[in-house]
Parts: sequence; C-alpha cells; structure tokens
Amino acid sequence: MTDTPAPRNIPDRLDKPLSTAIFSWEALLVVVAVAIFAINSFASPYFLDPYSLSDLTFNFTEKGLIAFAMALLIISGEIDLSVAAIIALASTLMGMAVQAGAGTPVLVLIGIVVGLGCGAFNGLLVTRLGLPSIVVTIGTMSLFRGIAFIILGDQAYKGYPESFAFFGQGYVWWVVSFELVLFLVAAVIYWFVLHRTSFGRRVFAIGNNPVAAQFSGVRVGRIKFVLFCLTGLMSGIASVLITSRLGSTRPSIAQGYELEAITMVVLGGVSILGGAGSILGVVLAAFIMGLVTFGLGLLNVPGIVMSIFIGLLLIIVIALPIVWRRLRGNR
Amino acid sequence: MKALLKYREIWLLAAIVVLIALISTRFPGFADPGNLRQVFNDTSILMILALGQMVVILTRSIDLSMASNLCFTGMVVAMLNAAHPGIPIPLLIVIALSVGLVLGAINGLLVWRLNIPSIVVTLGTLTIYRGATFVISGGAWVNADKMSPEFIGFQRAAFLGIPVLSWIALLVIALFFLVMTRTALGRSIYAIGVNPTASVYAGIDVGRTKFMVFCISGMVGGLAGYLWISRYVIASVEVANGYELNIIAACVIGGISIAGGIGSVGGAVLGALFLGIISNALPVINISPFWQMAISGSAIILAVVLNARGERQQGRIILKKAEAA
Repeated sequence: MTDTPAPRNIPDRLDKPLSTAIFSWEALLVVVAVAIFAINSFASPYFLDPYSLSDLTFNFTEKGLIAFAMALLIISGEIDLSVAAIIALASTLMGMAVQAGAGTPVLVLIGIVVGLGCGAFNGLLVTRLGLPSIVVTIGTMSLFRGIAFIILGDQAYKGYPESFAFFGQGYVWWVVSFELVLFLVAAVIYWFVLHRTSFGRRVFAIGNNPVAAQFSGVRVGRIKFVLFCLTGLMSGIASVLITSRLGSTRPSIAQGYELEAITMVVLGGVSILGGAGSILGVVLAAFIMGLVTFGLGLLNVPGIVMSIFIGLLLIIVIALPIVWRRLRGNR
Repeated sequence: MKALLKYREIWLLAAIVVLIALISTRFPGFADPGNLRQVFNDTSILMILALGQMVVILTRSIDLSMASNLCFTGMVVAMLNAAHPGIPIPLLIVIALSVGLVLGAINGLLVWRLNIPSIVVTLGTLTIYRGATFVISGGAWVNADKMSPEFIGFQRAAFLGIPVLSWIALLVIALFFLVMTRTALGRSIYAIGVNPTASVYAGIDVGRTKFMVFCISGMVGGLAGYLWISRYVIASVEVANGYELNIIAACVIGGISIAGGIGSVGGAVLGALFLGIISNALPVINISPFWQMAISGSAIILAVVLNARGERQQGRIILKKAEAA
C-alpha cells in the first residue's frame, strides 16, 4: 500500500474480493425472486393469500434442509447423490417400525439414526478408501433405495400415529408451519457454522485446495466424513417430514429429490467445483424454486413443464454472470 | 504393455463368466448360446448409451441428460411415424441422430463456450429436455397401434440369425473402437482426461474436443431414442426416467474412471452386459426383480473399490503410450 495513487493499469487486487462477488450473486437472486413474486401475484389472484403462501413453503422446506448440508459438502469438493435414496430407506424402516407398534418418538429417532448411518457409510467409503464421491453415491443411491424396494416391493406402509402427523402437517403459529420453522432454524445454524466458525473456514479451505489444507493442519478426511454424516442426518430429518406429510411410505418416495437439492445449491451460487458459496444464496434459491413451482402450479402448468423453467433458470442464472463478465472484458 | 492395458477388462470378463456359471447352476438354460444372444440383444441399447457416456466421462465431464435426450428424440420419431407412416426407417434413424446431435450440441456449446461445468449444464438440460417432451406431445402417449409395422419391426428383423438391434449395437461398438484407438480424436479424448493442461500444450483444442464428445453422446442418445421406443413400443414423458444413472453405472462397472482418462470400449460394453445379465437372470432364478436395484448398487460400489487401486498406475501407462506414439 502506498500513499500515492497506483497507476491505473495495475489493479489493487488480482480479482474482485470474494465477498463482493457473493454479494452481487445474492443481489441477482433477490432480483429474480422479487420478479417471480411480482409476476405470480399479477398472474393469479389466489397467490397473495397467507394460506397460499404458507402452502408454497412446503414446496422447498424438505429439499432445502438437505440443500444446506449439501451446500457444505459441495463447497468441500464432494457431492452426495444418495440423499433421496436415504429418505426412501429411512421412511421404509420407519414404516416397518410402525407395523411393529412403535410410537412417534421412536419413529423420529429411527429416521434420524438411519439417515446418520447412511451418511456415515458414504463418508467412510469416500474418506477411508479415497473413492470419488459421485460414483460412491451413485452406488449407494441404488443400494439404499434397492433395500427399500426389497423390503417393500410394490406395497406401501400406512397407519402412522396421529401425533406423528405434526412434523409434516402441523403449524406452529397461524400459517407458519413446523417445516418452515425448522427450515429457518436450520438456515441460521448452517449460516453460523459455515460463515462464523473455524469449521466453516476449513470447509472452504478444503474446497479450494485439499492438499494445501492438509498441509495446513486441516483434517481433510475427518471434516469430509462429518459433512457426509450431516448430509445423511438432514436427509433423515427430511424423511421424517415427508413421511409425516404424506402419511405413507412407498419405496419410490422422494424420487429425483437429489437433483432438485443440487439444483438448489448450484442456483444458490455454490460453485460445483467447490471452494465458494453461501447459505444465504441457498436460502434464496430455495425460495425461488418454491415460488416458480407454486406460481406455475396456480396457473395450472403441469409439473413437468415447471421443470423446464427450473432447468432454464439454473443454466441462465449460471451463464448470465459469465456472459456479462465476458462482454465487459472485451471492451 | 497391451496385456496390462487389457487387464481390467479380462477381470470383468471373468466376473461375467462366473456370474453366468452361478446363474446356470440354478437355471441351466441360461448359458445357452440362444439365450445369451437374447441377453446381448436386451442389453444393446444400454451398451450403445454407455459408449456415448464413456467418451464424455473420459474427458472429465459427465452427461446427465442422455436419458432425457433419448426420451425427447424417441417422442419426436414416434410422433413423426404416427403422423407420416410413409417416412422410411433409415431416414427416421437419420432424423433421430440429428435431433440427438442438436441436443448434444447445446450441452457441448454451453460447456465449451461458457465454461459451465458439464454436471451443471446437463443437470439443467436433463429437466429441460424431458419437459420439452411433454410440450411437444402435450402429455399424450404414442402407443403401439399408432406406430407403423416397419417402425416396430425394423430392429426385430433377423439378419444372419441375429436381430438388427444387435447388429446396430455391434456396428456402434466397432465404430467407437475405431474412433477411440485409431483416430486423433480418440487420442485427444484420452489426453484431455489424463491431463488437460498438457493437452493444451500438445496442441489439442480442449474446448472443441469437449464439444465433440457431447455431440457424440447426443447422437448416441438420439439413436437410442428410436431403438428404445421401437423396442418397448410406447413413447411417453416417463420413458427412461432416471436411466442416466444406469448408464453411468454401466461405465463405472466397466472400469471407466470418473476422474477421466481411463477406460475402454471393451470396458463399457462389459459393464453394460454385467448389468444386463443381472436384470435378465433375476426373473429366471426366481429372485424378486425388486432385488435388482440393490444388487447393481452393490456391484457399482464393489467395482469402484476394486478399480480405485490400479487407477494411478493405469494413468501413467496411457501417458507413456501417448508419448511413444
């Protein structure tokens, strides 16, 4: 740093500081969210209604819970494609427990423990054996859901206790659902862990350069293992919520959730290559995806067509800053 | 050197032989040449798709949109056939290849020109292409009664005692083998996977080659679209839903490294056959088909554990070979 102004052609920094880049990304997401919100309220008279808006939140809370843990995992340079299969397996085992006469606390415990166990299994395979997580979790995805299929076949479990319904259908206050509260609480916790603790810094460090992180004294393997456990845990919690909301279990439950959760994370500005991202971005992306699907649903647009919008949104939002930067760079 | 390179494929072949032998102890007819020919025919589409996915994975990319491409292209040719039954089948195949090529080129352009990671691009196009299928079809199905007899019969016709579908698979395998082992493109694909930076210094246009591999996987997806629809004689939005992961599974079992640069045509074919044999065998040995998913999941994990060992060494061998060439 010198007192005299630096020559114009030499920048102070080689690149924009990370915080500015992330801020602008989130600003972009806020603009997109507000735009979609406005379009929705003009397009349908039923949109601006507290009960409608409350229903809207169910579109993203369960996937969003998984997306938080997935965001940390992706920032660390790994990925978990087995989350939806974990939901299916946990839900199936909860169903089995119901047949055996288990009560609500036991069911919740089973969901969480199964999720944690599956996550730990992924984590062990990736960190102990040094395998690529994308392949491992494609394998465990088939394995976990396959076990659910072996147990259930084409049957379904029903008959969950009434008190169990609260998790997926209950409201804490007026139109504020239990799921939404859980989502917001989890958002705050994950925000704090990622952006305000040394653990979070280590996650970023691993994602940017695992070798350098290792040499800096970061226990790369252990932290990755914890992240896989966390992702499994969140999938287990999501399983409790979904099972409670639907009131039944089929082995095909939550099909395709893994790709939606990853879309949420990437849309939220987390680099798929690892090392960058924020929880606020993921929260915004969750809202955007919920707004898009719910708004289009009110207009009677079929779900499959909505997925076009989600896909386009994903590519356009990623491509926009790149195109913009290039246009500016060419000048 | 060559014997070393084929090492992995030989082991996989041995595993398949053992698998067939095990199945034969419970169902003696399984190892009959006639039945094995049937299994090969059943697996043809997966083999073709796995080869397309292989070239993408070799360049350290991934194409998650193949099954959606298959679904879209299949719907296009099915609707064309329903509306104009007069269009000859070879022309329809050319159309399928072209539609697939366009879809693949879209992926390739986004990866090449905008430098977006392929997993993000194809995650997006995965949903877009399947959604587009709904848009062009209006959610309606194209059933067998709307398809012309030629459309359905083409791949079932026997030539020298083997169905045309199997011949197409053999032709595709031969083509991929030639491209991967005898052309500069094939070499470049391996080189990019082993070391992209070194490839640039060696004069390989990495972006353009990646564009090419997505065009290849797109064309393959399109071809598989026609074959799939005419085989299962129904075109709907749900066709091959989630199949993209089966394709990748076949590649992984075939020893193709997700980290790029390692893998062979033989591996992809054997990996697909392995999955095909399992799905064909379960019903005849009285195991509920619901077991299939867990078994292929375990096979994937086992394959990746076994393959992970020699991987680093294997990479060096390919490099040395490239240097010598």
